[in-house]
Amino acid sequence: MSNLAAATLEKPVAVKKKKTGNTWGKALRQHYWLYIMLLPGVVWMLIFCYLPMGGLVMAFENFNPYSGAGGLINALLASEKVGFKNFRNLFMGTDFLMLLRNTLAISFANLLVAFPAPIIFALILNELRCMWFKRVSQTFVYIPHFVSLVIVYALTVQLFNSQDGFIIKMIESVVGAGKAPNVMGSPKYFVPLILGQNLWKETGYGTIIYLSALASVDPQLYEAAKIDGAGRWNLMWHVTLPGIKGTVVIMLIMKVGALLNTGYEQIFLLRNSMNAKVAEVFDTYVYLKGVSNGQYSMATTAGLFKSVVSLVMVLGANKCAKLLGESGLY
Amino acid sequence: MAKNKDKVVNGFNHRSPGDNVVQVILYIITGLAALICVLPFLYVLASSFATEKEILERSFFIIPKTFSSNAYTYIMKDGSVFRGLKNSVIVTVVGTAINMFVSCTMAYPLSRKYLKGRNFFMNMVIVIMLFGGGMVPSYLLITQLLKLRNTFWALWLPGAMSAFNMIIIKNYFSGIPDELEEAAIIDGANDLYTFVKIMLPLSGPVLAAVSLFYAVGHWNGYFGAMMYIQDANKEVVQIVLRRVIMQSSNLPDQAIDWGVWGQPPTKAVRNATTVVATVPILVVYPFIQKYFTAGVMVGSVKG
Repeated sequence: MSNLAAATLEKPVAVKKKKTGNTWGKALRQHYWLYIMLLPGVVWMLIFCYLPMGGLVMAFENFNPYSGAGGLINALLASEKVGFKNFRNLFMGTDFLMLLRNTLAISFANLLVAFPAPIIFALILNELRCMWFKRVSQTFVYIPHFVSLVIVYALTVQLFNSQDGFIIKMIESVVGAGKAPNVMGSPKYFVPLILGQNLWKETGYGTIIYLSALASVDPQLYEAAKIDGAGRWNLMWHVTLPGIKGTVVIMLIMKVGALLNTGYEQIFLLRNSMNAKVAEVFDTYVYLKGVSNGQYSMATTAGLFKSVVSLVMVLGANKCAKLLGESGLY
Repeated sequence: MAKNKDKVVNGFNHRSPGDNVVQVILYIITGLAALICVLPFLYVLASSFATEKEILERSFFIIPKTFSSNAYTYIMKDGSVFRGLKNSVIVTVVGTAINMFVSCTMAYPLSRKYLKGRNFFMNMVIVIMLFGGGMVPSYLLITQLLKLRNTFWALWLPGAMSAFNMIIIKNYFSGIPDELEEAAIIDGANDLYTFVKIMLPLSGPVLAAVSLFYAVGHWNGYFGAMMYIQDANKEVVQIVLRRVIMQSSNLPDQAIDWGVWGQPPTKAVRNATTVVATVPILVVYPFIQKYFTAGVMVGSVKG
C-alpha cells in the first residue's frame, strides 16, 4: 500500500523520465531488457513469416529447385523469370473455375448456415429460465469444439460409412439394405457433410461470444420496452438484436474476409477419389500441387492469388463496417 | 452468480400459456442439441466393445450383445496409438512452452506505451495477421533451408507464436495499472524483474487461457505432422487415428490370437482407436472449460 502511495506521488517524475528517452540510444540504454525480450518474437517473425513472403517470387518464375549454384536461395535467384505467365495459366486453366466454384460453394454454405446458427442458438439459450439445464446443455454443446478434426472425421466415418455406419444402417432398416445413399463417397453429399461437421463442431462454442454480448445488453432497456407493451418478439427485434449488432458485424467481417480460406485440414480428410471433383479447393490445390507434386510455382501462384483476394476482402469488409457506423476491426 | 440474476431480469417474468409452449419448444431444441453433441461419442465407446461380427452383421445398435475387449487387446499389442499419445504429449508440452515464451516476451514490451519503436513492431505483427507467404514457401523453408523434416521442431517452430494470442496477452498486460510497474521501478527493479515478478504473476487467468488455446491447437493438429513427419516412431496420435481409419477396411493380417471370433476386428479397432484418441481431451475438458470460456471473453476485447 505504501509502495502504491509512493508510486502515485512519484508519478510525474516517472512520466518525465519516459519523455526524455526520445532518442534510440537513450531508449536502448534505459529499456534494454524490453528490446532483448522483443528479440525471440521478432526473429521468429522474420524467419517464419517474412522470409516465406520472399518465397512468393516463385509465383513469377518457373521455379526449379535444382537451378543455380545449389541451395534454396540460389535456386530462387537463378530460376527463369516468367512475369505473370503463371497467373495467366492459372486463370485460363480448367482447374481455376472448378476451384473457385468449389471454394465458394463451401464458403457460402458456411456463411449462410454455420454463421447464423450460433447466433440463433445463443438467442435460444438466453431465453431459458432454468439455469442448471442451461449450464449442463452448454457444457455438452462446447465439447465438440475441443476434439480434433481427425476425431470428427472418425466419428463421421463411424456414423455414415456405407458398410457399417450407424446412421446408414438405421436408414437401411427403413428403406431396405443397400438402398441408403453413399454419403461419404458421392459428390452431392460433400458440401452438406462439411457443413454438418462445422455445425456440430462449432455451433455450441460459437454461442459464447454472443451470450456475452447478450449479457451486456442493459436490462433497463427490456424493462422500458415491456412497460411500452413490447411482447417477446418485439423485445427480441428491437432490444436484443440491436444490442448484439456490433458483435455480429465483427464476426461477419472476419467470416467474409476468410471466404476463400476454406481450410484444408477438414476438406483433406473428407476428400476421396469419388468426391474429388467437388472437394478440390484453393487450399487443397496448393498442398497437392506444391507439396505432393512439387509444382512449386503453380501452387505458389494459386496461394498468392488467394492471399491477395483475402486481404482485399478483409480490408473491404472492414471499410464497409465502418461506413455502416460500426467500429470495425482496426 | 450475479450474472444469473441479471439474466432473470432480462427474461420474462409474466407467463402466458403461449409463452410456456414457446419455452417448452426451446428446452426441447436445446436438449436435442446437447444430445447430438455427446451421442456420437457414447456410440463409438459402446461399439468399441462390440465384436467385429456384430458390427458388420447386426443392424444398427447402441449396446453390443456380446461384450468383447479384443479390439483393445489388438491396439495394446500394436502399440502405435499409445506411442502416438506419448509423441502428442511431447509435442503439446514443449510446443506450448515455446509458444508461451515467445508470446509473453513479445507481448510485454509491446504493452509498454513508452517503448520506442512500438508502432513499428506492432505493425510487423499486424502484417503477419493479414498476409503471409503461404504454404509452399513455408514448406520449402522448413524442409530444405532449415532441414527440419522428421523432427518435432517442424511442428514447434512454424507456429511458435500466434499474433492473435500474443495480442490477447498484450492487451491484458496493458490493463494492469501502471502504478504497480512504477512502484517496482522506484524500488530499483529493471524491466525483466518487473515482467517476471509483477506482470506474469498478475496475469494468471489470461496466461492459462492462452496456454490452453495453444495446447489444444498442438494436440489436435495433424496437417503439420502429415507434411513434415514420415518417421513412424514420431507419429502423433491424430496421424495414427487417421491412418487406422483409412486402413480400417484392409488391416494387414497379423499373427495375433483373435479368440473365438477368428478374424481381425478392423472396424472394432477403428472404434477403439477413436476412443483412445478422444479420451485424453474429454478427461481434461471439465477442468479447462472455464478457462476457455474466459479466454473467448478476453479475446473479444479489442486492442
